[in-house]
Amino acid sequence: MDTPYYSTQLPAGGHWSLRLARGSQLRLTDLHGGANVGLLFYNPDNLLERYNAPDTLKCQHSFRLTKGHCLYSDMGRIFASIIADDLGWHDTVCGSSHAAQIAARWGGRDYQQQRNAWQQNGTDAFLTELAKYGLGKADMAACLNVFSKVVADEQGAISLVADHSPAGSQLSLRFELDTLVVLHNCPHPLNSAASYPTGEVQLELGWAEALTEQDPCRNHCPENRRGFENNALYQAARHGGAY
Amino acid sequence: MTASTTTLQHSNREPAQAVQRQQIDAGDYYLGRIAAGQYLRILDLAGNQAADTLFFNAADPAERYSACDTVREQASLYLTTGSVLRSNENRPMLQIVADTCGRHDTLGGACASESNTVRYALEKRCMHSCRDSWMLAIAEQPQWGLSKRDISHNINFFMNVPVTPEGGLTFADGISAAGKYVEMKAEMDLLVLISNCPQLNNPCNGYNPTPIEILLWDH
Repeated sequence: MDTPYYSTQLPAGGHWSLRLARGSQLRLTDLHGGANVGLLFYNPDNLLERYNAPDTLKCQHSFRLTKGHCLYSDMGRIFASIIADDLGWHDTVCGSSHAAQIAARWGGRDYQQQRNAWQQNGTDAFLTELAKYGLGKADMAACLNVFSKVVADEQGAISLVADHSPAGSQLSLRFELDTLVVLHNCPHPLNSAASYPTGEVQLELGWAEALTEQDPCRNHCPENRRGFENNALYQAARHGGAY
Repeated sequence: MTASTTTLQHSNREPAQAVQRQQIDAGDYYLGRIAAGQYLRILDLAGNQAADTLFFNAADPAERYSACDTVREQASLYLTTGSVLRSNENRPMLQIVADTCGRHDTLGGACASESNTVRYALEKRCMHSCRDSWMLAIAEQPQWGLSKRDISHNINFFMNVPVTPEGGLTFADGISAAGKYVEMKAEMDLLVLISNCPQLNNPCNGYNPTPIEILLWDH
């Protein structure tokens, strides 16, 4: 990405959405360390097509997501590729925090006391943003939790790795289709920090370098090459041009 | 973890006392209602057969089984006896009360004609798949009020998808066998939607999909 055309800081508990064109790059920066950015993706022209974490994991034979991985829709297409990542591991299994969990851990969400620093939870942050597009809880599937690492032992016991994301950690997505991006800066549901996290996350938007035949995400595995083939068919059928 | 290190839990419910018994052939679906307090058993009749299963709150299908909430709250990836199957509102929907298989997957999702093109070959699109079976169920039985929006991440009963500490994930040979079963108690009135998996491209059905049976008891 050359100079971003837009940059903003999302406060803790904040949520955001935008339709991004194919070729866009979104760079996320954990400014203070310890953040969690929940993300959901939808096809803006068919909101029934959405990010599918199981398909994403099984077709790339991975429980963790990092640079080289693609983020699949339930229709066999790729919404976005992870083209840069400082951390090597992001969670897409644990979902979003609920209001009752935040209240039990850090006290309730209370605008009277907290004003704009209110302790929003990931589920309600998503629902607030999704409602703007006519979407609701039926449309919410597993999200991507950027900056959060959840590991499993041989018996399948899972745990959130503390202090995984130092200040300045970055992850960049390149969008391979026009995509409605919905995201929040709310704590990972397994976060057990002493107080509700307060760090901002920086969002930067620009244009990614053009996809090449040698692209490491496209060539990560044969499955991803076929995913890009499905994208090419979708683009050709929608906009005309070579397939 | 292997089945040999898991404590298997048998049930003393007798098939003769079941209020409903129904065989579901491979490639078919089952869509029906279960009342709170009833017990549902899914029986792997011939072995190594994946049963791709979704649950919905019968009063509000937008509340449905959530793989995320279930694995996070039990802090474990695999389902077995004692697992509480939770909804997207983080409420208990069912609890597994018996399991003679040892563990069940809820990370791998369902096969679909579209994901088959990615996983195997672009021309594997027109093979039968669980999601197409669910779509047929929705189309043939509109009285339940389900739509494509409601189809989310499922349970793969009898399927083995081990995750490594390094973050790998594979579809492994099944650990189920003929006669193995999983039994659960409904904690709310539910709709259950099962695709008896027709996948032929990976070992989840031993490359030979076979029938399952569901049994239902009132107590």
